[in-house]
Amino acid sequence: MKIAESWLREWVNPDLNTENLGYQLTMLGHEINDILVEGHDIGDLIVAEVVSVSKHPNADKLNLCEVDDGNGKLIEVVCGAPNVTQGMKAVLIKPGSMLPSGIKIKKTKIRGITSNGMLCSESEIGLAGNSDGIISLPSEAKVGSKIHDILGLPDSTFDLDLTPNRGDCFSVLGIARDLAAVTSTRLKNYENTKKPPISIDETYPVELIEPNVCPRFTGRVIRGINIKAKTPLWMSERLRRSGLRSISPIVDITNYVMLELGQPLHAYDLNMLKGPIKPRISKKNESVQLLDEKTVTLDNNTIVISDDTGPIGIAGIMGGLRTAVTSETTDIFLESAFFPQHLILGRARKYGMHTDASIRFERGVDPSIQSIAIEKASCLLVEITGGLIGPLSDQSYDELLPNQLKINLKKDQIYKILGIKINNEEIEKILINLNMKITPSSEGWSVSPPKYRFDISIESDLIEEIARIHGYDSIPSIDYSSKNSLNTLTESKIDLETISTTLVSRDYREILTYSFISPHLNKQFSGIESKLVLNNPISSEMSVMRSSLWPSLLTSALSNIARQHERIRFFEISKSFHGNISEPKEVLRIAGLVAGLREPEQWGNKTEIVDFYDIKSDVQALLSLCCKDDEISFLPSKHISLQPGQSAEIFRNKESIGFMGKLHPKIIKEFNLKKDIYLFELDAEKTIKSNLPIAKSISKFPTIRRDIAIIVNENITADNLIEVATASAPKFIRNIYIFDVYRGQGIEKGRKSIAMGLILQETSRTLTDEDADQTVSLVLKNLQNQFKVEIRD
Amino acid sequence: MDKLFNRASKEIDAAIDLAALDSVRVKYLGKKSELVAQLKKLGQLKPEDRSRVGAEINKVKRDLQELIIERRSSLENSLLEKKLLEDSLDISLSGRGQTVGSRHPVSKVQSRIEKIFINAGFGVRSGPEIEDEYHNFTALNIHENHPARAMHDTFYFSTEKLLRTHTSPVQIRSIIEEGVPIKIISPGRVYRNDSDQTHTPMFHQIEGLVIDEDVSFANLKAILYQFVEAFFERKVELRFRPSYFPFTEPSAEVDIRWQENKWLEILGCGMVHPNVLKNAQINPEKYSGYAFGIGIERLAMLRYNVTDLRTFFENDIRFLEQFR
Repeated sequence: MKIAESWLREWVNPDLNTENLGYQLTMLGHEINDILVEGHDIGDLIVAEVVSVSKHPNADKLNLCEVDDGNGKLIEVVCGAPNVTQGMKAVLIKPGSMLPSGIKIKKTKIRGITSNGMLCSESEIGLAGNSDGIISLPSEAKVGSKIHDILGLPDSTFDLDLTPNRGDCFSVLGIARDLAAVTSTRLKNYENTKKPPISIDETYPVELIEPNVCPRFTGRVIRGINIKAKTPLWMSERLRRSGLRSISPIVDITNYVMLELGQPLHAYDLNMLKGPIKPRISKKNESVQLLDEKTVTLDNNTIVISDDTGPIGIAGIMGGLRTAVTSETTDIFLESAFFPQHLILGRARKYGMHTDASIRFERGVDPSIQSIAIEKASCLLVEITGGLIGPLSDQSYDELLPNQLKINLKKDQIYKILGIKINNEEIEKILINLNMKITPSSEGWSVSPPKYRFDISIESDLIEEIARIHGYDSIPSIDYSSKNSLNTLTESKIDLETISTTLVSRDYREILTYSFISPHLNKQFSGIESKLVLNNPISSEMSVMRSSLWPSLLTSALSNIARQHERIRFFEISKSFHGNISEPKEVLRIAGLVAGLREPEQWGNKTEIVDFYDIKSDVQALLSLCCKDDEISFLPSKHISLQPGQSAEIFRNKESIGFMGKLHPKIIKEFNLKKDIYLFELDAEKTIKSNLPIAKSISKFPTIRRDIAIIVNENITADNLIEVATASAPKFIRNIYIFDVYRGQGIEKGRKSIAMGLILQETSRTLTDEDADQTVSLVLKNLQNQFKVEIRD
Repeated sequence: MDKLFNRASKEIDAAIDLAALDSVRVKYLGKKSELVAQLKKLGQLKPEDRSRVGAEINKVKRDLQELIIERRSSLENSLLEKKLLEDSLDISLSGRGQTVGSRHPVSKVQSRIEKIFINAGFGVRSGPEIEDEYHNFTALNIHENHPARAMHDTFYFSTEKLLRTHTSPVQIRSIIEEGVPIKIISPGRVYRNDSDQTHTPMFHQIEGLVIDEDVSFANLKAILYQFVEAFFERKVELRFRPSYFPFTEPSAEVDIRWQENKWLEILGCGMVHPNVLKNAQINPEKYSGYAFGIGIERLAMLRYNVTDLRTFFENDIRFLEQFR
């Protein structure tokens, strides 16, 4: 909400400068977004009287005016505004001064006649509003005086961020009241202000047929409004500063009173009403065309104002179009009513609306302000538009209005929650300043908050008020000594931090991507339609929860490739989502993507394009942090997004923990990629489980190495060979590794040559050459028995 | 003899390499050298002269040997130096092999925040990102139609299921699961249907919760002062400003003084609302607690001078490579 500083100070005027006043508001919980400085750059604008108007000899639409700026000498200006008339008070800017737009006014010849200045419109001097003519100032404006005085300039506007619990603060009155409480300053009296003269005795029937939906309704008839009247500049200026456009005097006055007192008002065109006004709950599928010309079909839970024709407005949200006041309206019925918060809450949002009235009624409007607001509006109408005022009708069901609460406030609890002792006098002063009624009790006080405080219903609410007014800054910082014992530091799981660090040290960059992706992309990587679909996504490209991190990694890779990054190494640790909405399943994943050169392009190494074994080495490095080698196996996979024959499903003790391999050429083609992509994805929880190492004593006897070379069919895997070889002499074979794989010259097609190193060792004695020879021949024999092995020399 | 010594020592000094030095050695100390010949002739001298002359010759011999050793080591040194000079590399060339990647700045910050609180005895908890209405709103005292629900632009899957709008649901889940006293943080992803210059539809929060028999707002202030100082590695002025969250009371937003007169909001906090405690079957007359929620991106922006929130999720390598 925005309010002019001068307006606020009219209600409460603490001894604080603008900046400190703003700071005080922020520290009260009404955060200042901004303090807008108004009218410091408005130039030298002077009140001038138009003494004569005559046609410009050379232009039909221009007038030649003589104006009096109070210096005794008349000034000639050319004016194109249609509303310039003799005797009007206008705003003059003289040569040498600057408009807020930065335009410097100079003496200029317009169609042959020199203009010694300019008569200004509202928009020209930086005040919004209709600019179909020059400003017409009230006749009492003093010729020669500066316009700043009339507009109340210079001034500041406070742009406040109000919290939704403080409905009572959506007005100048509300903010002023809070400020008065904290600064102990007197608030302007508003409860016993002047009432308008009653000049007719006409009333309009209002029937509270469902008093629970509208326990208070005040209204009155006003006839004979002057349709030519204009909203005074001071009012349109205050509205403008609060972000409201000036529309017509009637609408402006209702808005003005709403801004000042927090009570939304509504004016009906009296002649359009048919039969008694009845606030009631809507019937399902009733419809009403509203002021914004949209037709709303109602549910059966909304308060409407109706007459004999049906709904004529949604109570507390927006009036209807048919009975709305127009520029021709001379007779009105003015409404100022109370609608219970719980019957307004959520309704505007449901119908896609958000109005100044709904903001206030949703948060709660003071149930005692209705008559005060309507009297204020009536006075302003008489003053600005004239008219005959009918008597005020005020129907009220007090038992249905908010109750006066009694809350028990305990001194002990204040200390317990805030951690400081505040003395009784200060607590009482704070509560009284906030218009609470207090009676001392054995534990503390019994407190009745004012009825406009919809946010106060329990003891904690009162403690918050005490803290707020006492000042959060005045509460000290006190260490809390925890009774907690030390947290255990588990080794049964490897820290994800260690996983990240390992990947970073292996040249991966961590990325973070959105959890929602396009349904198409998701299906491409999972093979099934996602059942986790957002009802209200940002866009269809971000509408389903991803079931793999790969699509997101790929998307990020693509955008970097498009920026000429040829070498990509990304990882992400985040969740994937599975199942359906009644039973969603979230799995934390460790996923990676590599493409391009194995190592950065460099002088010392001939770097090659990455392949399957590069990414496998990264995966193995991660797994080696958590598991023993023999727990893990890589088996051929048929993952839908991976290339068969260059992909693996990763198992840990027979449980699948992830996939890795080359992105399927179909997907490569679809994205028009010029390079291969390699991916891995692991289930984090299943991966990071770790067993404590159980140390074994190491053998003090030397090892013997024997190398063998064999030729086998292509389909025989390294795992097959190692398994059979190890099983041949488990007591002697400590380790086997493959140190060469060869295909080509000398080897039949479909076969490959494998060279293996056997590391032999016994724990209790030194092995002899004989032992080694025997082991090698046993290994070769078993390999020959199992596979079509040919031994090379 | 003196002449011989002088001549020899000059020639030793003049030897330009090891071969030349060796010839000098052979010439003066070799089997056919004058010194050896003199020594052989000792027997011909008178017995009374023999030992004196012998000693003289031997001294010259020793001195020459010493000079030769000295000269040799000096020649060897310069030879080595020359060889090393030939062997020297262009050390400005880059090292060989793999380089090092980078952590994402948001993860870095999250991990630092976690460590700071873990050091203070907080446990780390996590919860589901696909949440239900009850844990995300109702249990946190945000009832249906509550204006605060409009503050959270929520992504819905159904009327019941949604993407959590904050990490606060983990509070409720943890209290119900573990009971009190409790002292935890819960970091993670949160989602709001909002996407513009200053909002991304997904971001990260870290929630803190402490409940015990005597936990006060003064304790909350203390932990946050300490946290901010630990995080920024310097004293930073804080401002606790009254605010409103349905699940805390009193509630505060915390600003830090960033520049001379600029306050920046970094987190929201407050004393756990009695209704929230009641929803978790905790007696609010006996227990009290504080909770805080920190926006991780916000701190990352301040810490690393990132000016546009959206760059965190664009994953442009040129951005990422600035972090380690």
